[in-house]
Amino acid sequence: MSAQTTANPNSKKSSQQSYATEPINKDIPSNAKIDLYRQMVRIRRFEERCVRSYQQGNIGGFCHTYIGQESVAVGTISVLGPNDHIISAYRIHGHALAVGMSMNELMAEMYGKVTGCSKGKGGSMHFMDPTRHFWGGHGIVGGQTPLGAGIAFALKYEGKKGACLCYLGDGAVNQGAFYESLNLASLWNLPVIYIIENNQFSMGTSQARSSAGTPLAKRAEGFAIDWAEVDGSNLYEVRYKTTEALKRAHDSQRPTVLEIHTYRYRGHSMSDPDQTYRTKEHIQDHREKLDPIMLFETILKNEGILNQDIIHEIDLKAKEEAELSAQFADESPYPPPSSILNHIYWEEDNPEHKVSQGTILFNQLLEQE
Amino acid sequence: MATIIDMPKLSDTMTVGTLVNWLKKEGDAVSPGDMLAEVETDKATMELENFDEGILLKQYVKIGEQVPIGAPIAAIGKKGETAPEAPVSNAKKTSKDLTNNEEIKLVEATSNKSITSSNNRIKASPLAKKIAASHGFSLQSLLGTGPGGRIVKADVLSALNKEASTTLPSINYGELIAKDEKIPVSNIRRTIAAHLVQSKTQIPHFYLDIEIDASPLIELRAALNKSSGEHIKLTVNDFILKASTEALRRVPKINCSWHGDTIQQHGNIHLAFGVAIDDGLVTPVIRNANTKSLRQISTEAKTLVEKARNKKLSPNEMSGHTFTVTNLGMFGINNFFGIINPPDAGILSVGATIKKPIVDMHGNITIGHRMNIGFSGDHRVIDGATGATFLVALKEIIETPALMFI
Amino acid sequence: MPKKTYRTALNEAIAEEMQRDERVYLMGEEVAQFQGAYKVSQGLLEKFGPKRIIDTPISENGFAGLGIGSAMLGLRPIVEFMTWSFSYVALDQIINNAANMRYMFGGLCNVPIVFRGPANGGVNVGATHSHTPENFYANVPGLKVICPATAYDVKGLMKTAIRDNDPVCVMENTILYNLEGEVPDEEYLIPLGKADVKKEGSDISIIAHGRAVITSLEAAKILQEQHNINAEVIDLRSIRPLDEGTIIESVKKTNRVLLVEENKPFCGVDAQIAYILQEKAFDYLDAPIHRVSALDGPQIYSMPLEKIQLPNANHVVQEALKVLR
Repeated sequence: MSAQTTANPNSKKSSQQSYATEPINKDIPSNAKIDLYRQMVRIRRFEERCVRSYQQGNIGGFCHTYIGQESVAVGTISVLGPNDHIISAYRIHGHALAVGMSMNELMAEMYGKVTGCSKGKGGSMHFMDPTRHFWGGHGIVGGQTPLGAGIAFALKYEGKKGACLCYLGDGAVNQGAFYESLNLASLWNLPVIYIIENNQFSMGTSQARSSAGTPLAKRAEGFAIDWAEVDGSNLYEVRYKTTEALKRAHDSQRPTVLEIHTYRYRGHSMSDPDQTYRTKEHIQDHREKLDPIMLFETILKNEGILNQDIIHEIDLKAKEEAELSAQFADESPYPPPSSILNHIYWEEDNPEHKVSQGTILFNQLLEQE
Repeated sequence: MATIIDMPKLSDTMTVGTLVNWLKKEGDAVSPGDMLAEVETDKATMELENFDEGILLKQYVKIGEQVPIGAPIAAIGKKGETAPEAPVSNAKKTSKDLTNNEEIKLVEATSNKSITSSNNRIKASPLAKKIAASHGFSLQSLLGTGPGGRIVKADVLSALNKEASTTLPSINYGELIAKDEKIPVSNIRRTIAAHLVQSKTQIPHFYLDIEIDASPLIELRAALNKSSGEHIKLTVNDFILKASTEALRRVPKINCSWHGDTIQQHGNIHLAFGVAIDDGLVTPVIRNANTKSLRQISTEAKTLVEKARNKKLSPNEMSGHTFTVTNLGMFGINNFFGIINPPDAGILSVGATIKKPIVDMHGNITIGHRMNIGFSGDHRVIDGATGATFLVALKEIIETPALMFI
Repeated sequence: MPKKTYRTALNEAIAEEMQRDERVYLMGEEVAQFQGAYKVSQGLLEKFGPKRIIDTPISENGFAGLGIGSAMLGLRPIVEFMTWSFSYVALDQIINNAANMRYMFGGLCNVPIVFRGPANGGVNVGATHSHTPENFYANVPGLKVICPATAYDVKGLMKTAIRDNDPVCVMENTILYNLEGEVPDEEYLIPLGKADVKKEGSDISIIAHGRAVITSLEAAKILQEQHNINAEVIDLRSIRPLDEGTIIESVKKTNRVLLVEENKPFCGVDAQIAYILQEKAFDYLDAPIHRVSALDGPQIYSMPLEKIQLPNANHVVQEALKVLR
């Protein structure tokens, strides 16, 4: 059993203060800062409720929780502009909540109910909200990296000053698709920002055992792409470095690779007993030293913005909201069997615009389902 | 009211969990985040996380006990509350079935296997079957000209055309049914008439009837026709002719002629068979049928039929017979008794093979293919017992057709 | 009516649609400066410029996925695979992204992309370059697949494919690129899901797609001239969606069927056609359904051998005669 040593090899003493004075962090009002804190807490409480729902058998299949990584989604998404878009892999509950999707529609989706954001047809890995510029939610590791380049391509093609944030895990950096995407992004000057959420483990395989060369983001150099490492536990740093990358994308149409160091407290997914590749002490160590919510809480307390009452209130409300979403999901109906055979083709879903003839689906539901 | 804690789903493939250790005792205070117990799943031993505030009132599962997901493990409530005793599980079904009859749906409509055994298959294309069915036409006696003896559309149509040529024209009430006229009698008709009158009036006919299981014959015919490719097309009648010769071999007394003072026992079988032609019936003769194989009989029969239809039969080919077989099966007649063709001592009359309910050897009612064969015998030469022996032999041979070849 | 090659008709279709809709762009290896590996995109760079006619590096997965990502935002990419044999590198993008995108997200987006390129053997390019994957892709709900066989058909179908709001896979053929046919200058569209009776007949229905249609027409000529058999030849044109009506009508008329394809037999397109015909035209069949597919080995290199590995007119004639026995 090759477990990590108790000391987190990527931990540095978190330099929380050095980014607080950057305009992107200094110039936002207090309630915006409280909101950042609140978003992280909401994600955590939602995820905890998901764990319970999964164990109760209400959520099936794969469920990848974001507990411990909240600052990455909240930090990166909080600095996006009106023409910026995001796309991610499958550990997306945090991103979905951070762009503003509701707990109800996410929980209902995981319960497979028709009130889910994907009408129960996608599940935990396939949330999407085009109106909020969130393009999913993708299950094949690395498969979303060319899509991210494509979204950036479209923004540039249409003359929009925007960027696409494309998230991937430390395990995904070894997929060929990532390199094809980096090459295209650099060659064609695409405003895409690849965000490697490095939580140190690709399922059960540590970075040391899966990836040659470190840091991972340095691979971008081979494609003449700017890169940087980010301490994910430092929300202000995440915001600052993402803003830099966005500027580079908007102004010079150049891509960036950001490697954000973060950590997950639970296994890769709900199926991972989390016993074969790290020790409890390793997790505990990180929780105590580098928990992003705890660290930001401390900062805001020091800034005089947060106090125990507000913290308690936020926590309580988050738990309530999560609990209500589980109730909502539980009470919602399942989709009708006819759902299996729609939303396959745009043309079939829009018969008034249909020009094709012939048979496109080759069997049907039995009469009594 | 106490909260019941159920065995949770701790891995995506878990169905049961074994409680290996309690980490909290009954009466202990518990908070969210505490671990209540250790549970062994299909993948690993995991800790069971608590989500409720209160006192662990009751443990429902003993150490070492295995329970399914959703089964109650513990009750948590307020201090002093009584926990329910082994309550009914409030677990939801873990597999989300939409309907109860999903499994039943997976079984498609039960195969409508034909009740007949595969031995009795008549090979016909779906189109041929459809055309035949729509005309109420039986495929039984058709010769298939498709690969492997398959009956195809052309075969059905040609059979229908033959039928059509003998059907009546459409009825127009008020009209004559036919032209009122004197039709001169042809020579052939004259000759036939004379023979028949002589036969009917001078030969004391007696009649025997037997029902034969035609399934083995049908099966053998199909197999032989398939294996010999395009070259040989054996008809049912060919088999009957061959079987008759073998039956006569066993009961030669049938192969005789009455000559008043003597009865001529014939050493060879010169087998006549009926062929319907325009003017009436002719009976060409296969000489020395007792020396010929089924194939030879078949080939010769075909040639003779061709000649008969073209009126090219020589007198030699029409005379000298010792036994006659006549067949109205293809016309749909179930059974009949022909008039003896002098100087024969008997005539075999073959009917159609029909499907009918029969009782099989196990005493069950099933579908059988049955053929009726009638025998008209000259009672001067043959008595009932001999005739019966002959028919029984014929039956045996037809039902065990291999006997035709040994 | 003017005569044009399949290649020219294709070029016109793409150019016309790009003219009509700013969001349409063409992307692939050597499509721009090289004028197209098979000259299909000749002249388009000059006409539309490098923003819309884009040379890609050799990274099928990357640029197919990029195309899909851009389509999600509303662009209408035409992604060329130099040959469909190279599409397997992008299989994950085509099947898991292009095909599934709309469904997994409950209809929140769609992917109006066209994947196109030649899909054929018969040119001695060996086992890895000779694939005809219309059957693989047609198996995937969410994709549309068409196989135009003539100059007239490819123009009308390609234009429709580009206007289609779902992912469409267009299987062309390097041998057919040179095939000439009558192609009007006036605009016309051919809907997906409509087969075409290329030759009317009465004795047997020969149903084919792609280059096998041309082969079947050759065979039909031989059947008429040497065997006095009047064959009906039907070009499926569109595999998914599929025109069941036309092929069933034909079988009802002739009662005898021969299917011809350049796919390998197991789960080739004709396996599905045979199922449909036996299910829906059972009572009209006077013989079992016969089939000529490519011989079931990887595509051989040696010239004369490849000629017999793929269906040729002689194969079709021989098999047709068997059906008519």
